[in-house]
Amino acid sequence: MKYLPLLWAQLFRKKTRTVLTVLSVLVAFLLFGLLEAVQTAFESGADSADAKRLLTTARYSIIEPLPMSYAPRIERVPGVVGVAYADWFGAKYQNESNAFAVFAVDPARYLDMYPEFAIAPEQRAAFVKMRTGAVAGKILADRYGWKIGQKLPIASEIHSKTDGSLDWEFDLVGLFDSDDPAVRANTEVVLINVAHFDEARQVNRGKTGWYIVRIADAEQARPISADIDRMFANSPDETKTAPEKEFALGFAKQIGDIGALVTRILFAVFFTILILTGNTMAQAIRERVPELAILKTVGFSNATVAALVLGEAALLLALGAGLGMAAAVALLPSLNGATGGRFPPLFVSGVTWAWAAGVATSLALAIGLPPALRANRLRIVDALAGHR
Amino acid sequence: MRWPGTGEPMTSLNQVVHVTLINLRTIPQRLGTSLVIVIGIAGVVGVLVSVLAMGEGFRHTLASTGRATRVIMLRAGSDAEMTSGVARDQATVLANLPGVARDATGRPLVSAELVVMVDLPRHGQSDPNNVPFRGVQPIVFAVRDEVRVVEGRPFERGLREVIVGRKAARTFAGLAVGSRIAFRDSDWTVVGTFESGGDVHESEIWADAEVALSAFRRTGFQSVTAALADPSAAGLAALKESIARDRRLSINVLREPEYYAKQASILSRLIGVLGYSVAMFMAIGATFGALNCMYSAIASRQTEIATLRAIGFGGAPVVASVMVEAIVLALLGGVAGAALAYVYCDGASLSTLNFNTFSQVAFDFRVTRGLVAQGLAGALVIGAAGGLLPAIRAARLPVTAALRTG
Repeated sequence: MKYLPLLWAQLFRKKTRTVLTVLSVLVAFLLFGLLEAVQTAFESGADSADAKRLLTTARYSIIEPLPMSYAPRIERVPGVVGVAYADWFGAKYQNESNAFAVFAVDPARYLDMYPEFAIAPEQRAAFVKMRTGAVAGKILADRYGWKIGQKLPIASEIHSKTDGSLDWEFDLVGLFDSDDPAVRANTEVVLINVAHFDEARQVNRGKTGWYIVRIADAEQARPISADIDRMFANSPDETKTAPEKEFALGFAKQIGDIGALVTRILFAVFFTILILTGNTMAQAIRERVPELAILKTVGFSNATVAALVLGEAALLLALGAGLGMAAAVALLPSLNGATGGRFPPLFVSGVTWAWAAGVATSLALAIGLPPALRANRLRIVDALAGHR
Repeated sequence: MRWPGTGEPMTSLNQVVHVTLINLRTIPQRLGTSLVIVIGIAGVVGVLVSVLAMGEGFRHTLASTGRATRVIMLRAGSDAEMTSGVARDQATVLANLPGVARDATGRPLVSAELVVMVDLPRHGQSDPNNVPFRGVQPIVFAVRDEVRVVEGRPFERGLREVIVGRKAARTFAGLAVGSRIAFRDSDWTVVGTFESGGDVHESEIWADAEVALSAFRRTGFQSVTAALADPSAAGLAALKESIARDRRLSINVLREPEYYAKQASILSRLIGVLGYSVAMFMAIGATFGALNCMYSAIASRQTEIATLRAIGFGGAPVVASVMVEAIVLALLGGVAGAALAYVYCDGASLSTLNFNTFSQVAFDFRVTRGLVAQGLAGALVIGAAGGLLPAIRAARLPVTAALRTG
């Protein structure tokens, strides 16, 4: 630590050069932070997944409905401790398709299944009791200015009422939220009570979209999934059951080639940075050969001088990477505002920070080691003589 | 800028040319730094051209999907086939409307269709992807006349046979002609591969609608695609009018291009924002890098520049020579980057999830001339921006000090 002022002085010996280098590193890490935030958002479902939850969908296509009568049958499978179900409503709010997701659920079953959604007990009780009730994620209520107690007019693109109308109305009886940013992405949803919904819809009555199954032991996820699917094999509505995490990951994987492309872009960015910064660093050290020789003359050991050079590279990368990541964190709130909720909230996760630290360290080593080794080998006499 | 009065403008121009040539000839002596600029800018232009080529390919796929002479009819209130439903009797009524075109034998050019998602893994993977499976009427080849079966043959009416879009066949496993795929209860045989001008249908699997209805236990269709008898605005208005008059129908009519553009709005925006923000950030970073390299280039040429100034060369030739060097190096990088993008990306296809339809859509990278020009223009701007400040510094270098320290 006592060498920090020396490192700083070395680094800013040529201000323009160092500032420019730090800026290019900064931009690279800013880009890294932003792109990783997008990736994280796609995979946030997987991060917040509960290992003790399974999802059961129709075997051939997730959009095919399943009978609601499966609930008690799944409940009887050994190892299953809870079952909830949900149906896709296909919401159209203020003439905008899929402005947010609406699920028709059995309130008690669903909220028990997702304890990470925090809701006040009296609001929960009201949702369970009121057949036309609905609860919404606090993010949505804030975005659209909804107040508890108001009517929520939402059209459906799929489900018409018995009178043929697609316009539905629910009573907003509660709000739920979560402190965990990864879970908060999942709270951009309105839950409606299936009791009224199922009674009032024209077709698909008695059917639901998918089941969420809680099991006692996460280790048993695979055999229990197989048991459930076997039970409905060869029936008109065969099922496919998988752990929630696998399901979310599968969804993230569907982004497919774009995700791979983003990784390749970042690779190109860092490769370019490596070349640019490596060259600058090598040049900076070359210019300072006599100074390094003097350091050795006044008693610095070979190892210390090499460490000083390496430390300089590390400081450079730390500055650039730290500022870049900080800039990404600072930019994200306004980006989230700009997407207007059409996209899950973006945030820089701990994993991304760790990756940034790892990449910065490897870059510092790749850039700093060659000149550090040269500094280590440097002989005082040659170094001083080589220069006038 | 000072102009030492050594002669007419012609001589000044001569100075510029000579100093620039001297400068360019010495590049090999500064190979390391020069290469860094070239590689750095090649990286930036390569990425820029490839992300833009992705956007271009996606736009091309969208733009070539659908004809303004055709309409898609959905249930009123629905914006997408996934959420739409058209009953069998409604489809019959729609087909017989006067606004719908007919072929030579008098059959209406209409295809009532259903779309379901089937799970297929990508080549070499095992995770399922939502691939659209479309049940179409056998007359569809006359309705969508851009569709060509390029391998094998069309599906046989009434049989569990499918034809596969060219891009779906390329992206997903098990879709080669002759192979059998199992969806729901039974096996389907892949009997052909089709092309449709690179549009979104090439990401789909097609089968006879009647067979698909029974196999997927559907009772109705989701959309009806029809060729307009009169494709003008008046013709469309007349068709809409006749639908509105019919009390059995509650149907939304959209021209195909309008519908498909809407279907991809989120992905379009995502690809656009991704492409341009990545390109912009990289360009900024590269400009800093180029500035650095040019500063060090003039630092190593300090004595030479000072000598030139001392023997009477003006500031302008020095500025010009530095700028030209930066721009030449940047253009070299730009050409290399564009070439890399062309070699690695052009024609490569990629598939991703279309958030509007919840299904996979495949498209090709398209490295067009316009994009290459954009990439080179980007390189030029980075080169000019990276050269300007160092050039001015070089010209302002105090001659005596520079000679002494060099």
